[in-house]
Amino acid sequence: MPVSKLLKIEGLESCFDTEGGLVRAVDGVSFELEKGQTLGIVGESGCGKTVSAMSIVDLLPKPAGRVLGGSINFKGQELRDANPEVMYKTRGNEIGVIFQEPMTALNPVQRVGKQITEALLLHKDISKREALQHAVELLDAVGIPSPERRISDHPHELSGGMRQRVMIAIALCCDPDLLIADEPTTALDVTVQAQILDLMSKMQKERGMATLLITHDLGVIAEQCDEVVVMYAGRIVERAPVKELFAKPKHAYTKGLLASIPRLTNERKTELRTIPGQVASIQEFVEGCRFCQRMERKGDTLNTRPRYEEVEPGRFLESCPACT
Amino acid sequence: MTEPNENGDILSVESLKMHFPLRGGVLYRQTGSVKAVDGVSLTIGKGETLGLVGESGCGKSTLGKCIVRLLKATAGRVVIKGKDVTEMPQSQLRPLRQDFQMVFQDPAESLDARMSVGELIAEPMVIQKLGTRETRKKRVDELLELVAMPTSAASKFTFEFSGGQRQRIGIARSLAVNPDLLILDEPVSALDVSVQSQILNLLMDLQRELGLSYLFISHDLAVVKHVSDRIAVMYLGKIVEMAPAEELYANPHHAYTKALISAIPEPDPTVKRVSKPIEGDVPSPIEPPLGCAFGHRVSALNYEKSIGMDLHLREINPGHLVSNCPCCVE
Ligand SMILES: Nc1ncnc2c1ncn2[C@@H]1O[C@H](COP(=O)(O)OP(=O)(O)O)[C@@H](O)[C@H]1O
Ligand SMILES: Nc1ncnc2c1ncn2[C@@H]1O[C@H](COP(=O)(O)OP(=O)(O)O)[C@@H](O)[C@H]1O
Ligand code: SF4
Ligand SMILES: [Mg+2]
Ligand SMILES: [Mg+2]
Repeated sequence: MPVSKLLKIEGLESCFDTEGGLVRAVDGVSFELEKGQTLGIVGESGCGKTVSAMSIVDLLPKPAGRVLGGSINFKGQELRDANPEVMYKTRGNEIGVIFQEPMTALNPVQRVGKQITEALLLHKDISKREALQHAVELLDAVGIPSPERRISDHPHELSGGMRQRVMIAIALCCDPDLLIADEPTTALDVTVQAQILDLMSKMQKERGMATLLITHDLGVIAEQCDEVVVMYAGRIVERAPVKELFAKPKHAYTKGLLASIPRLTNERKTELRTIPGQVASIQEFVEGCRFCQRMERKGDTLNTRPRYEEVEPGRFLESCPACT
Repeated sequence: MTEPNENGDILSVESLKMHFPLRGGVLYRQTGSVKAVDGVSLTIGKGETLGLVGESGCGKSTLGKCIVRLLKATAGRVVIKGKDVTEMPQSQLRPLRQDFQMVFQDPAESLDARMSVGELIAEPMVIQKLGTRETRKKRVDELLELVAMPTSAASKFTFEFSGGQRQRIGIARSLAVNPDLLILDEPVSALDVSVQSQILNLLMDLQRELGLSYLFISHDLAVVKHVSDRIAVMYLGKIVEMAPAEELYANPHHAYTKALISAIPEPDPTVKRVSKPIEGDVPSPIEPPLGCAFGHRVSALNYEKSIGMDLHLREINPGHLVSNCPCCVE
């Protein structure tokens, strides 16, 4: 039997209705994620990381945002345009979600304990008492000191790190098979980030859960992921196992990104490598290679979309002749 | 009170404190204070970059604002180019403001969105009553070129630009009056890595060309290491360690410095982080612990010894200062 993919995204297209017309924020994205693995999505802000993730769990802001095309297969079931009941059962229960800013995801006027127990009661056939007991255990598992007391706190009474732990507790309360974490540590200090990443790895190992980790931080990618998807302007330019990506990046964008990071081993005050220019605005995206567009290259590559293909086992590339 | 600094330092900060009054109750009486900056001393020489790192809430921005006198310190001194500006009345301070400027994380948030980019860049010159309308216009063009922006940007508005371009505009504005010292408060923190490196290169070039001195505030230790000559590590209102950049990373002495450095996720998947992350968060500056604030956070073995001690920096190697804390420094 072939290894069954936990999540298989094919040709995902997501768009928004805006004043300036329809914009395609995610433009034909495909990737797979296996059980227990961590897949990272990295790329500059606005490249479509969050929209990709939100499309999977049907959380695009409606009615402006919607999935236009493609397939989202989770455990053999198609989630795209699935009936609301299927989505309802899946999201939260089988797929847990963590956002960057817990304050926007947590209800500010509701005590922490209630928010966790509500989630539990929604999906599980247990009593209120059992739910509360379970909530305390979860808070303890995510490293919140004196959880019996914290359970009656409101989110604003907690530090940023503690709020993110509560988010993780909620996301994990149903033992999901997949955790989607969108910039889970971006708003945190490095020390607290290290704690949260540690916690996520531990939870993942204990529960055999897969993680889709979205971040713009290549350090976090290197530390946490098995495989990486590099997005640029709504598309995947490269996908590879993490060690191969860092050792032998193939796409010019990936190379530029890796070269731009200031590293502790750099010689001080030397010129840093950069990627010239900036991402074009979404209304101006060309059909062809969008990194060529940034590089202000002229010619054919701007007109025809480069093929996205497997160039070596496990290595996928948008094969623009000018960029690879 | 205005003796010039014998070392020729551009900036000298001495035992600076900024305690914000905390008010409450029906009578709005002072009920306590937030000791955001609590006894900081540092100097910056001509053409030098001092990096300032520490977790959020430790007082970095407050320190920066006290230096440029957006805030009036509670105690201590700020001396810029030999002049004590700590208590100086605004009328006397205004001409001196030419010497020091502050750049914020996102200039769009700190600048008036209704003003054109040209007006924004010219504003510090207008305030200082420098030049005529014509000469200012010429200077705006020069400044835009200096930060690698087209001069056509002058007639546009900040919202028409990307984050990186807005930061270039913010830097151009801060340079309008030819300052010697820039306080850069998280100038690249909101930017993507490829654009961040463009801005860092620009700042390093400008420093070389114009002989600028920088206080470079950031929570990103790799960025700070790249641009700084010396680095100060701040924790809960105090500097706990200060050293030449290489020395600080090669030979950190304070437990907090070590914790910060080891927490940086390395962009290299073949390296596995070895140390356990430290626990807890930055404690509240309203009721700081009795002893060493970091020792308290990590329940250091010798924390009790630090209670009641006068914690201050001492020099352990040339230019390398570290707190005399008994629980954080071996
Ligand atoms: N609510 C929205 N309305 C209109 N466009 C949006 C909305 N959210 C996102 N977009 C568009 O989708 C693009 C991708 O956004 P996003 O996925 O959030 O980027 P990332 O997470 O990679 O920073 C953005 O550049 C923006 O143009
Ligand atoms: N105007 C103010 N009034 C009261 N407290 C303040 C004020 N500004 C800052 N603080 C407090 O001072 C401390 C230091 O803040 P800040 O200087 O912004 O830290 P950092 O820049 O290192 O993140 C924080 O606890 C913050 O809440
Ligand atoms: S809803 Fe669950 S039970 Fe339901 S999810 Fe959220 S976490 Fe759990
Ligand atoms: Mg995002
Ligand atoms: Mg700050």
